[in-house]
Amino acid sequence: MPNMSLKKNEMPVQDPAVRAGNFKEVALGYTEAQAIDEATRCLHCKNQPCVSGCPVKIHIPAFIERVAAGDFEGAYRIISESSSLPAVCGRVCPQENQCEGKCVRGIKGESVGIGRLERFVADWHAAHSAGETEKPKANGHKVAVVGSGPAGLACASDLAKKGYAVTVFEALHTPGGVLVYGIPEFRLPKSIVKKEIDGLCALGVKIETNTVVGKTVTIDELMGEEGFEAVFIGSGAGLPKFMGIPGEHYKGVYSANEFLTRMNLMKAYQEGADTPIEHATKVVVVGGGNVAMDAARCARRLGAEVTVVYRRGMEELPARHEEVEHAQEEGIIFRTLTNPVEILGYENKENRRDPKNGFVTGIRCVEMELGEPDAGGRRRPIEKKGSDFEIETECVIMALGTSPNPLIKSTTKGLDTQSWGGIITEGENGKTSREGIYAGGDAVTGAATVILAMGAGKNAAAAIDEYIQNKK
Amino acid sequence: MFEIKKKVQLNETVTRMDIYAPRVARKAEPGQFIILRTDENGERIPLTVADYDRDAGTVTIIFQIVGATTEKLGHMKEGECLHDFVGPLGKPTHTEGLKKVAVVGGGVGCAIAYPVAKKLSEQGCEVHSIIGFRNKDLVILEDDFRRVSKKTCLMTDDGTAGEQGLVTDALKKLIESGEKYDEVITIGPLIMMKFVCALTKEYGIKTVASMNPIMIDGTGMCGGCRLTVGGKTVFACVDGPDFDGHEIDFDEAMMRNSMYAPFEKKKREETCNLLREEK
Repeated sequence: MPNMSLKKNEMPVQDPAVRAGNFKEVALGYTEAQAIDEATRCLHCKNQPCVSGCPVKIHIPAFIERVAAGDFEGAYRIISESSSLPAVCGRVCPQENQCEGKCVRGIKGESVGIGRLERFVADWHAAHSAGETEKPKANGHKVAVVGSGPAGLACASDLAKKGYAVTVFEALHTPGGVLVYGIPEFRLPKSIVKKEIDGLCALGVKIETNTVVGKTVTIDELMGEEGFEAVFIGSGAGLPKFMGIPGEHYKGVYSANEFLTRMNLMKAYQEGADTPIEHATKVVVVGGGNVAMDAARCARRLGAEVTVVYRRGMEELPARHEEVEHAQEEGIIFRTLTNPVEILGYENKENRRDPKNGFVTGIRCVEMELGEPDAGGRRRPIEKKGSDFEIETECVIMALGTSPNPLIKSTTKGLDTQSWGGIITEGENGKTSREGIYAGGDAVTGAATVILAMGAGKNAAAAIDEYIQNKK
Repeated sequence: MFEIKKKVQLNETVTRMDIYAPRVARKAEPGQFIILRTDENGERIPLTVADYDRDAGTVTIIFQIVGATTEKLGHMKEGECLHDFVGPLGKPTHTEGLKKVAVVGGGVGCAIAYPVAKKLSEQGCEVHSIIGFRNKDLVILEDDFRRVSKKTCLMTDDGTAGEQGLVTDALKKLIESGEKYDEVITIGPLIMMKFVCALTKEYGIKTVASMNPIMIDGTGMCGGCRLTVGGKTVFACVDGPDFDGHEIDFDEAMMRNSMYAPFEKKKREETCNLLREEK
C-alpha cells in the first residue's frame, strides 16, 4: 500500500540564521528511514511520466522501488546506468520542471521527492561503496575531451567505460568546470565533485589541467600530431555579459563569474586566502537566475545586506523555486520589476589620491511594469517613465547570463557556429561541421543546466564510439 | 609540475626564472602572458613572457616583488616546482612589416619590452630602445637591449645611470631630431605609458601599449580585466594585452588597478613575516 501523504518528506536543512553565516551545505540529506518512507509515495504508474521528464531518462520508478526495499546499492546501479553524476544532479537539477514536474502525485499535493531520493542514493553509495573500480579493457583508441564540466565528465566517463584512452583538457587549475568555479560550496560541496572526478581517474581517464585548448594546444594539433581520433568540445558558456550602462568600470562592479570564481574556485571567503574579494556591507545583485541566487547567497555569507534587482516580477524569476526560497529565508531582499540604468561611484575631483575614488556608492534604477508576452511567451518588462530611484550599495554583481567563449571557434578552421557563438551540431549526437569533432553542453546550447550538459556528453560519447568503430 | 630550472637575481627586487613548461614554451610569442600559482592555496597572477626556449621546454619570467605571491615566488629555489603554470595567453605583439620602431620600457616592464625588441631586430627592423628606471641599482637587461637595438637610451630618474630624465624626454628628443618611426611600442607602469601615448599622439605616431590589469582566469571568463579602449569595453586577457595607446582610457585603468591595494599591502606584510619566521 503506497504512502498517501500529500506532502514530501521534508528535507532537513541548516537553520537559515546559522547558515547565512557559513559555507557548509544547506540541505543535509534524508536519513535511511526518510528515504524509504518517501520512496513508498511512488505509485509506480504504468506510463512513467517522470522518466519522460528526465533529460537522461533515468529509470526512476525502478530505482525508487529499490529504495523502498532498502536496497540502496541496487538503486544506485539503476541510476548510474543513465547518469554519470547522480550526487551532483540530485542537488542541482531543476526537478520541479523535469521529473517531479510530471509526477502524478503532484496533481493533488506534492510530487515524490525524486531529486532528494537520487541524492540520498548517491550519497549512500559514496559512503558505503568499497571504491574499487575495475579498469575497463583498453580498445586502443584515443579521444580528447575539451573541458571538465558536466558535459566533458559525462562524455569521458562513458568513453572510458568502453575502453577508450580519454584525456580531458581543462583550462583552469582544478577540474570540474562550473561545478567548481560557479556553484557554491553550500549548494554543491566540492568534495562531492572531487569524488566524481577521482572515480573518473580510477577508470583510467587522464586529466590535464592548466591547458587552454585554442591557446596551449589547438584542436587540429590534438587530432594531428597528438593522435586523438576524435574530440569532444564541452567548453561551456563562460563569457560574461555586462549591461552596457554607465559606471560599470567602477571598483566593486563584478560579473557573477568573477565574483563566484573568486569565492568558489579561489576560496576567497576563507580566512587567510591569497585571493582578495570585496567585503561590502551592501551588495546589489542584478539578475534573477540561479547564478544570481548563488552570487546573492555568497555575498550574504560574507556578511552583506543583499538586494536582488530583477526587471520582471517574482513569478518570472528564472531561478529554481527552492533557491529563491532559501535566499529569502536567509534574508535576501528582492526588488523585482526594477531595472538598473546607471552605477554611481565616488569621484573626488579635487583630490585624485583620495582612496575612496572610483568605488561604487550606489545604483540608479527605474521601475518596470509587464506588458504583452514576447515571442517566448514571457511578458515583456516596460520602463515606467520618471520612476528613477537610487539604491545605496558598495558592490554590484552582474548576473545576466553568459555566452560561449570564442577561443575554440577562432582557432579551429571549418567549425561552424551560430552568430551568438554556439557551436552548430547535427541533431542530438553532437556531430559538428568537422569530421571527428563533437560538441555538447552550454558550448552548443548557451547557458543551460548541468543535467542537459551531462545528457549531451553521454549522447556524444555514443556517437563518437559509433564513429570510431565504423571508421576501421 | 613546473620546475624552476634556473633562477637569477637581476637586482634587489627583480628576479628572472626559467620554468619548465614544454607545452607553453612550444607556443609562446613576445607580448603573450602566462598565469601561475606558487602553491595549492595561491592566487593566480599574470606575468608576461620574457623569453622562451622551445628546445629546452622552458619559459622565462621576470618579476618584481610587489605583493604576497611575488614575495613567495621570490623565495622559491631552483629545483622547486610551481603548482600551476598556464599559457600562453593573450595575443602576441604585432611585429610584422615594421621597419623602424621605438621600444619604450619602464622598470620591470623592460623585461617584457626586451623580447619584443629582440623579435623586431631579428626581422630586420631598426629598433631604438628607450629604457627607464628609478636609479642605477634597478637597471636590468641594458646589455641585451644594446645588442638588439641600433640606438639605446638609458634613462634614470636620479641620473645615477645613463641620462637623468624621463623616457618621454628621450623619445621626444629622438622624434625632434628627425627619426621617423612606423610605430612606438611601450611597456611599463601605466602612468609612464599614459605620457608616452600623449606624446606620440601629438606627433601622430601609432603607439601600442601592453596592459597588465587585475585578472583571474586569463581566458575571458571573469571580465575583471576589462578596460575601455576607444569607448568600448574590452577584455585585456583575450582582446589584448596590446591595445592602441591613443584609444586606451589610462585613468580608468589606473583607478581599477588600485582595487585591492590595501589587501595586497597587508597580505605582503603577512607573507614577509611568515617567511622570516621560517628562516
